[in-house]
Formats: sequence, C-alpha cells, structure tokens
Amino acid sequence: MKFLKSWLLLGTCLSIIACGCARHSGTSLTVAGSTAFQPFAEKLAEQFMAKRPDVNITVQGGGSALGIQSARSGAAQIGMADLVELPPEAKELLGVTVARDGIAIIVNPANTLTNLSLEQIRGIFQGTIKNWKEVGGADQPVRVISREAGSGTRSSFETIIGGITLANAAIIQDSNGTIRETVANDRDAVGYLSHGLLNAKVKAIRTDGVECIEKEIVAGRYKLVRPVFLLIQPPPAGAVKDFIDYILSRDGQETIRLNGLLPAK
Amino acid sequence: MALAFTALTSLLLIAIFIFKEGVPFIARVGFKDFLLSSDWRPQAGHFGIYPMIIASLLVTFGAMLVGAPLGIACAVFLNEFVSKPATRIIKPTIELLAGIPSVVYGFIGVVVVAPLIRSQFGGPGLSMLCASLILGVMVLPTIISISTDVLASVPNAYREGALALGATRWQSVHMVILKAGRSGIVAAVILGMGRAIGETMAVIMVAGNTVQLPHSALDSVCTLTAKIAMEMGSATGPHRQALFAIGVVLFLMIMMFNALAMSAIKQRFAGK
Repeated sequence: MKFLKSWLLLGTCLSIIACGCARHSGTSLTVAGSTAFQPFAEKLAEQFMAKRPDVNITVQGGGSALGIQSARSGAAQIGMADLVELPPEAKELLGVTVARDGIAIIVNPANTLTNLSLEQIRGIFQGTIKNWKEVGGADQPVRVISREAGSGTRSSFETIIGGITLANAAIIQDSNGTIRETVANDRDAVGYLSHGLLNAKVKAIRTDGVECIEKEIVAGRYKLVRPVFLLIQPPPAGAVKDFIDYILSRDGQETIRLNGLLPAK
Repeated sequence: MALAFTALTSLLLIAIFIFKEGVPFIARVGFKDFLLSSDWRPQAGHFGIYPMIIASLLVTFGAMLVGAPLGIACAVFLNEFVSKPATRIIKPTIELLAGIPSVVYGFIGVVVVAPLIRSQFGGPGLSMLCASLILGVMVLPTIISISTDVLASVPNAYREGALALGATRWQSVHMVILKAGRSGIVAAVILGMGRAIGETMAVIMVAGNTVQLPHSALDSVCTLTAKIAMEMGSATGPHRQALFAIGVVLFLMIMMFNALAMSAIKQRFAGK
C-alpha cells in the first residue's frame, strides 16, 4: 500500500512537471539585468504573455552591468540597465528608455531640514560637511549612508551630483530596503534611494528647492532622475519588438506608474 | 565510493579555485601591500585589507565574549542541574536557534539592537558592538551543543568522587567537571569562532561596512566576508581577483581555527 502511494505521488509530480514544460513552446525571450527594474519586468512579462501565449519570457536579475554584458553576448535578448550614462561597451546596442526613476535624498522624519542644494549634498557625501548646523539644521553630526560600489543607484547618484568621492566614514548598506530602515532608525542619518520606495518612515528633502514627487520629475525640474534602459541588438524585430512596444504602450506605462516608477515620457 | 567523497572533492575543488584566482594576485600586489595596507580603493588599484582583517578578528572576539560564557554556562546548567527528560526537550529547542536564517538575525539587529545601542551609547548604532552581540547569539547553538556533549562524556565517577569529598555541587562543577572537560570546551569555543568569522549576511546588515580601523566598539566596521559578498556582484578584473584573495585569507584563518580545535580535542584524549 505504502509502495503504491509513493508511486502515485511520484507520478503526480512528474505529470505536473510535464504540464509545466509543455507550456514552454513557441518563442522564448530572456530579459536580464538591473535588480531595480526586475520586478517591473516580471509584471510586464506576465501581462504580455497573457496576451501572447506563443511567447515565453524569462526575467533574471544580476545587475545593470550583467544586463549590458548579456545583451552583448546574446545570453539575453533584452538587457536592463538603470544608469545615467551607458558605458562605452554598450555603444553597439540599441537602448530604449522605458521608464524613469527619481533618486530621493532621505533623512529621518525628526530632522528639521527641508532643503539642500546639490552643492551641499556633494559636501555631505564627500564628508566636508560634518555637522547638520553647517547646512541650517540642528547641532548634530551628519551620518552618511550610501550603497555598495557597483550599485546602479549609487553610480547614477554620484554621476548626477558630479565628482563625489564618498567619505571614508560613510556607512554602506547593500539594498534600498536597508538604507530606508537605517535612516528611519537614525536621527542623524542621510541616504538616498529609489523614488518608488519612499514611505512615511523617512523624509525626502527638496533639492535646490524642488520636491521629489512625480509631478516635478515628469516636468523635468527634479534633477536626480535616471532612465531605465532596455538594451537590444539592433534592429528590433519579432517578439523582442512586440514586447518593447507593449511596455511603451499605454497599458505597459500605466503598469510601471502604478507600481512606483515613472513613465518614459 | 565516488559519492562518498563528494564532500571532500568539493572542498578540494573550492580550495583549488580560490587559490588559483587569489594567490597570483597576492603575489603580484605584494604580501605587505595586500595584508598590511589600509587603503582599499579598487578603482584606483589600491587593495589593502588590513582594516578588514582587524575588523573580522575583533568582531569574532567580541562575539566570543558574549557567546562563550553564556554558552558554557547553559551547557553546565543543562548537564548538571536539570533533569534528563527536561534536557531532552531543551537541547533540541536550543539547536533550533541554528536553523533561523541569518538574515532574520540581521534584521533584528537593524531594527532592535542597533537603535538601542545608538540611543544608549551614541555612535551610528550599526557597529562592531552590534555585530558582536548578534554573532554572540548566533554561535550559541554551536557552543552549547558541543559543550553539553563534552560535559556528558565526563565520567560520573568524577562527580561522585567530588561530592564524596564534601564538595558542593557548584564546587564539583567548577573544580572538577569543567577542568575535566576543558579541552573539549575550548574546541567548542574555537568551532564557534569559525562560525562567527565566516558569517556574512547578518554582519553585512548590522556592522555598517565602513572600511576603517575602529577606535571603539561603537565604530562601524567592514569584515572580510561582508566585503566579498557586497562587491562580488559587480567586480571585474583585478578587483574580482582581490576578492578571491580575501577568500584565501579567510580560508586560511578558518583552517587555522579548525586545526586549533582539532588539536584541543586530541589533547583531551591524549591526556587520559
């Protein structure tokens, strides 16, 4: 009896796997790269596959650098990269901006400061401004929280602000989530994260007097914005083109907006 | 036979891989510039890991200050003062502690321990102290379960002898039983150290990851493991090799700890 049961179980498992495989016929696409855009790509792929059952899309993370690399090597048909400036090795690829992402400068809600100029932000992250009173805040030491080297958010942030050599005393956290948690728990902390991940536990401050909200980013007044690129081998054709067209369509852009990123245009 | 050696083979392959990537790098950069320089700027070609070695050792040492006394005390209590049936329930429960994912420990460190340290002692909170406290708890199951086994193997005649000579229970514990099991307990602590120095996820979350020589326990530090884990994803060329070279250093450190633990255990059997 026991024997029979285990065979039945094995059979059931195998048939489930077989069914899973059977659906994977037709064209298959691989999308790889930026971990920030990965959840969006997954959602978009799901919607696209519902409309086009003949196409199967696999979404992988790995970071912007890997996205560029795999689009070049052909390991993925579409690479995702969220960098302000694409590196020279991406020149041969066609980059399509599918979304934009604001980078918010965040402090603890207890911090009375509301505005910083780009110049002051540079000073703070370089470690030349060490006390909040130097920029009009309370007499408290500044605690700089940054991302690890190689983070797309960090390289975009440093490129836009320009010429930042991060202060030696900066604390490094390796994800948007832990940056937010650290700033939320530390009265003296300052950090930066993706605009879509802001919540009530931290306070986004104005930069050069402009608030980090969707309206200002769309209008182009908020300076700390980075594009999200999809990179492909030119020319766009077949399922790759259809998928990118879908992302740029009203439905696709609406999905991006509802989940916290900003539309491309 | 081949299957039986899977563990050994994979250890060998990992060792070969790490050494192949790391050793030529150390040879090129120079032993002194790699191990004893404090300048870590991969983009500029500076690969000094001295602050990280010190940080790893200090965090591990701190974890032992927290974990060893608590772990050994717990083992003594379970062995000498609690009835056997109760121990049979308590010990597996403690071992469950080893099954909690380290990211959970790290999260508790970030949201509970670090803010507490910040409000009580100042500093950034994410610090050596915080990492030591979290790791100290994480090594408890290792230390407790090995120490209990060691204490259980101390012959009953020792206990009876001590009590017959008029020693109190406490005297028999610290004068006879702990002495008899000393080398085994030392081995338990050293294995705990190996666990602490290799821990990565929790440390990344709570240590703050600043590459600097700490001036106090409240300073934020970056350990060897944290550095590898944070930069491996994006590193290329010499930077990547440097991370493998850090792996070589860690590998040797952990081998050393294990060798020490082994010799402590050997001493114990030789002493009888």
